[in-house]
Amino acid sequence: MAFSAATANFNPLNTPSLRSHDNHLVTSVSPSPFFGSTAKLRLSSSPKFNVHRRSGSVVAVSEAVKEKKPKSTPNLLITKEEGLELYEDMVLGRAFEDMCAQMYYRGKMFGFVHLYNGQEAVSTGFIKLLKQQDSVVSTYRDHVHALSKGVPARAVMSELFGKTTGCCRGQGGSMHMFSREHNLLGGFAFIGEGIPVATGAAFTSKYKREVLKEVDCDHVTLAFFGDGTCNNGQFYECLNMAALWKLPIVFVVENNLWAIGMSHLRSTSDPQIYKKGPAFGMPGVHVDGMDVLKVREVAKEAISRARRGEGPTLVECETYRFRGHSLADPDELRDPAEKSRYTARDPITALKKYIIESNLASEAELKAIDKKIDEVVEDAVEFADESPVPPRSQLLENVFADPKGFGIGPDGRYRCEDPKFTQGTAHV
Amino acid sequence: MAAIFQGVGAAEALSSSPFNSFDSNKSIFSPRRSFSVRKGASFAVVRSDGTVNLNLKGRRAQQLISNAVATKADSAAASSSSKPGHELLLFEALQEGLEEEMDRDPHVCVMGEDVGHYGGSYKVTKGLAKKFGDLRVLDTPIAENSFTGMGIGAAMTGLRPVIEGMNMGFLLLAFNQISNNCGMLHYTSGGQFTIPIVIRGPGGVGRQLGAEHSQRLESYFQSIPGIQMVACSTPYNAKGLMKAAIRSENPVILFEHVLLYNLKERIPDEDYICNLEEAEMVRPGEHVTILTYSRMRYHVMQAAKTLVNKGYDPEVIDIRSLKPFDLYTIGNSVKKTHRVLIVEECMRTGGIGASLTAAITENFNDYLDAPIMCLSSQDVPTPYAGTLEEVTVVQPPQIVTAVEQLCQ
Repeated sequence: MAFSAATANFNPLNTPSLRSHDNHLVTSVSPSPFFGSTAKLRLSSSPKFNVHRRSGSVVAVSEAVKEKKPKSTPNLLITKEEGLELYEDMVLGRAFEDMCAQMYYRGKMFGFVHLYNGQEAVSTGFIKLLKQQDSVVSTYRDHVHALSKGVPARAVMSELFGKTTGCCRGQGGSMHMFSREHNLLGGFAFIGEGIPVATGAAFTSKYKREVLKEVDCDHVTLAFFGDGTCNNGQFYECLNMAALWKLPIVFVVENNLWAIGMSHLRSTSDPQIYKKGPAFGMPGVHVDGMDVLKVREVAKEAISRARRGEGPTLVECETYRFRGHSLADPDELRDPAEKSRYTARDPITALKKYIIESNLASEAELKAIDKKIDEVVEDAVEFADESPVPPRSQLLENVFADPKGFGIGPDGRYRCEDPKFTQGTAHV
Repeated sequence: MAAIFQGVGAAEALSSSPFNSFDSNKSIFSPRRSFSVRKGASFAVVRSDGTVNLNLKGRRAQQLISNAVATKADSAAASSSSKPGHELLLFEALQEGLEEEMDRDPHVCVMGEDVGHYGGSYKVTKGLAKKFGDLRVLDTPIAENSFTGMGIGAAMTGLRPVIEGMNMGFLLLAFNQISNNCGMLHYTSGGQFTIPIVIRGPGGVGRQLGAEHSQRLESYFQSIPGIQMVACSTPYNAKGLMKAAIRSENPVILFEHVLLYNLKERIPDEDYICNLEEAEMVRPGEHVTILTYSRMRYHVMQAAKTLVNKGYDPEVIDIRSLKPFDLYTIGNSVKKTHRVLIVEECMRTGGIGASLTAAITENFNDYLDAPIMCLSSQDVPTPYAGTLEEVTVVQPPQIVTAVEQLCQ
């Protein structure tokens, strides 16, 4: 399935006609359109192709998916193994985040903690298709991206507790999850900050292939960020560079409609983010981010596009966060009706329903997974609790890769040679 | 001990002078710190009683040029094919260093505006795109924040990028990436990712370039933890610092100066680097320590000539490493002379001089016979008018006056 021509017959999000056809997963719901924005959602019927674009095209993935699957026979999109893997990953994400909330209120972790409840389909749908050498760049809402990429729950929980056994030795915290082994390149507190880093990782992939002649290097980078970021300069600058040099990157927008208390519609002149892709010469795709199988379909194509060297894709996932922006957010601005609409589209419930109705697995097997994940999360908390806090000696250790960077002290020796340096008490 | 005096011919305005900073340090300090290999230094001998035997190409008429700046190379007089090493201009030295490192390690790449086909706005990357290709010498769109971030991402995943800011001032747009990511990611990732990036570009006050093109970013960047800053001032240390910065595993910001690109010097043929954390002894002396860097080095040396004529014996140190300071070289000097004058091009408020004053006071207060004097640029946006611009930066007569005041 390629992203074929035009905006023809594009059905924008949530129109009932779309939902009833191709959707195995979600109960048909007729959502109300965006309220607040004066921008009209254009239902263009003419297959207008933007002739000024030299390459790249956009199509609503729903359109493509609709074409692909015959409506009459239930075409299974996944195998049993895949289904269970997806289910387990999403349940891990959910259980872990719920545990984070508990631990936060019990005073085990502090600061800004941003939870991913409700958005699991995006993380699982995309990251489970990656190889270990592929890279993921995230934002401050990065716990679940880390888990999906393979960082052990123990390491993430320890990091949140600020223990030395955390994936970043306790030095990063909730918003700075990194893993060299699993190629998770962060974890960034400022929005948009990670997108250039992701572009750089994609650049390295292309460089390795073309300059270093590692011909089978086809590493792909995924950059996850939100709707608020799509009004930020770094986003646009990187769309330009990625398309210009055909970098193997996928820009994944997790559009949950809210940037803390700022509705996407109140801050964006044209709220349809996927349309910004073709402006830069790459396909822009919109997908239902509450539906892990749909996300997976789109992700497959976007990732293989990148692997083939055809360049970047912009994927806008319509999703929703069930909790507030962070654990400190009272979440008073969002309409409870909106929340309950999306809660009804819970991706985990939907996948569970699909698996059972397609006879891929039994309820008992799914319950067993639930139990297993509970144990994993409990174990992670236990491990984090029992882990030691970082000693004072860790303070100065990772400031520089080469600690000579602290310079030469008055006595002529490098400061890092001072015995107090390893104790963390040296004067630098 | 016969001190070595580097003669700076004012008329030649430094371009063809055999201006080599000879490391007299080497005999005093521990050898392992000095990486630089020196050869082909032509020098004059100043006896410790202050009399000078100049071995230069004749003593030219010493007119004090108030804007000491590099002029065209006077190749005929200065160069001699029988001497070891080769002569080149500072921008060529940078290019040579860059090219050698790119030859040595295929992971080294360049990113910046007009670095490729154009050859760099100051010709530092001239010819490199032809030799190494468009991907290794990447012409970026005008998006400093993003291509600096891209360089950081590339560094995290195995490459060794050299990011060029066409003018250092443009890197203000990249401050987000430099401060948040460049400096911090090694730490917040718990040491998992290194960022062996070099960020370089010309800064400083030029010839009536206007306020925005005349900025000194070293003062803004100096607080960022996790980065190193160095400033080059001669072709020798430009090449050496460039190479050391590229080879370093730490993120390094290399400050060049717009007016120094045409300085000419004879440098060694063989491979050498300059230690990133060390300062450079330019002219040993007894009476006063003058700490400086980048272009102000030349104003200081110009003033030094006048001072020597007046009977003073200044010790001039080019601090080179703006972060961290080489407190050993500086400290030894302070302990010897007991008087410190800092001459810098940064603004008075919060500049490198301010930090250096604090560091010296903190560490060597007991050795000072007088308060530290710091000559900096005025706290004004650099005016366009030549006359005003001239008084914005420190001029040699001010340095002479300051030393006289300090040594009273």
